[in-house]
Amino acid sequence: MAGRVVDLNTPAWPDTYGEEARPRVGFFTDTSVCIGCKACEVACKEWNKVPSDSEGFSGESYDNSGELGANRWRHVAFIEQKLPVGVEDGAPDDLVAEAARQNLVEQGLDPHADEDGFRWLMSSDVCKHCTEAGCLDACPTGSLFRTEFGTVVVQEDICNGCGYCVVSCPFGVLDQREDDGRVWKCTLCYDRLQGDMEPACAQACPTDSIQFGELDELRERAAERVEVLHGRGRSEARLYGEDPEDGVGGFGAFFLLLDEPETYRLPPDPVVPTRHAGTVWKAAGAAAATMVAGIAAGFLGRRG
Amino acid sequence: MSPREKSLVPREQPTTYYGRPIVKPPVWKPEIPFYFFFGGLAGASAVLAATATFAGRPALARRAWAGAFVGVTVSPLLLVKDLGKPSRFLYMLRVFKITSPMSVGAWLLAANGGATSLAAGLNLLDENRRGGAPEVLAAALGAPLATYTAALVTHSAIPAWSEARVEMPFVFAASATASAAGAAILTVPADEAEPARRLGIAAAIAEEGITALMHKRLGPLSESYEQGTAGKFQKVARACTAAGALAFAAGDDAFHPSPRRSSFLAHRAKKDERRARLRSALSMAGGVLLLAGSVCKRWSVFKAGFQSAEDPTQAVRTQRERMNGSGA
Repeated sequence: MAGRVVDLNTPAWPDTYGEEARPRVGFFTDTSVCIGCKACEVACKEWNKVPSDSEGFSGESYDNSGELGANRWRHVAFIEQKLPVGVEDGAPDDLVAEAARQNLVEQGLDPHADEDGFRWLMSSDVCKHCTEAGCLDACPTGSLFRTEFGTVVVQEDICNGCGYCVVSCPFGVLDQREDDGRVWKCTLCYDRLQGDMEPACAQACPTDSIQFGELDELRERAAERVEVLHGRGRSEARLYGEDPEDGVGGFGAFFLLLDEPETYRLPPDPVVPTRHAGTVWKAAGAAAATMVAGIAAGFLGRRG
Repeated sequence: MSPREKSLVPREQPTTYYGRPIVKPPVWKPEIPFYFFFGGLAGASAVLAATATFAGRPALARRAWAGAFVGVTVSPLLLVKDLGKPSRFLYMLRVFKITSPMSVGAWLLAANGGATSLAAGLNLLDENRRGGAPEVLAAALGAPLATYTAALVTHSAIPAWSEARVEMPFVFAASATASAAGAAILTVPADEAEPARRLGIAAAIAEEGITALMHKRLGPLSESYEQGTAGKFQKVARACTAAGALAFAAGDDAFHPSPRRSSFLAHRAKKDERRARLRSALSMAGGVLLLAGSVCKRWSVFKAGFQSAEDPTQAVRTQRERMNGSGA
């Protein structure tokens, strides 16, 4: 990434939008500075008038909102990790304390009881606004569409609630609202973008864990941030979804994570179903042809 | 690995977020597996009917056209019921998208509905019809109507569905053919039923064979088809299909008393008649069993998708294995 020249004014999808095409925008969610305040969840609900959907007490750390869905377009995950600090059983107390302190400096592990370090991982999840979006490809009504900003949005007036996008999203982002049967998801605040405002969640985030901007610029910023963290010994820091070569052609909303993606309920190697479309259609066609041939063969032979 | 030789190395459990699913389970209602069944019945019946028309078997043709017509009439009703209101079905006819099996299927169903209705009507009006363009069109659209529903589920992010993308359409084709044969046997006179009987037996064998192959290639993902509700449906489907094929084989061609009835041996004739009735009953039972097997098969596949989605370790394991495979 380093040294790449960023052209900040490249319009996204110029073939579709021509003169109206705008540079592609997105989110860079830097989870290393997320404090789990949930201001993003609240701001999103308020601005977009997303209905309440309390699940009650989950028992899953400080997370009582579960996962992304029709009525939750930002979701903060809370992961409590106890990791060994790397000293032998029965080591002197001062050695354990020193190891724990080292871990706090190097890995963000807080000293905890016994010989374990304790750390929080917090992360605000959101629709990825994929370059190759499974939901958009699957939508049979044209309700899901790519905006002039390169984001993926549901036009609710023609969503027919078929639910095909729900099973086509490798991240489980979309879901159906039970009362009206239609599907709802993050619009990356399409209305605010049209008014040159940043999305509500990014504006509300007090630590700049959620950064909004032009995607190319965000990717540069993210690469720099990873280098800084690696320089501080945080070798577990890695970007997720920034690579245009991945199974969905890169995310419009990507992340900096401190553990494997699955720890955060994210798929380690998402692939858009459309990548397999060739095999899918060939198999369906071959099966149809086989069926015709088989049925015709049933009429051969003796006339009984 | 057979159940007797258990691995001593426990399979490593992938990390999950409180066991929550990564991909969302489908939001489809029970209408959908029934739609898979009726769409398959309609499609395979149209192919069977068209072939019978061209082969000069009007009795079989007319019944199979009726079966196809019932299938294409019930199918959109089921979809409308799932969507909630009729206008929502029409939204799908705003656009045609090759990237969406749902879109392709909506158009297939609409086009096949027209062609099948026309062909069925012409065949019912004219007993001696030799077949023409409407029959060809209905059959050409009917075969993909029976298999696209498999593409619909495999063109998804759900591991147990997606990874079955090569075999699933063949399973659906076989199951659809078995259901069309089963429906035909129920209504067709014995002397015209022979092709349907042969097809029923062949389709049942094919379905079992391809299903076994599919499960083998799915590896651990086949759990989704073999356990829980999907597993129960799978077992019932297998039992019904096997029993139906056996009943077809035993039933042979004897709905009516055999010509030997005119035999001078009266008791022999009586025996023949009893046997003929038994065979007729067996054929009817076979037809019902094949239809039931086909319904249960689609339910099994439908439920397997839910079970696969609800288990986040499937998505993680499948993707990690792919990453390790390509990285090495």
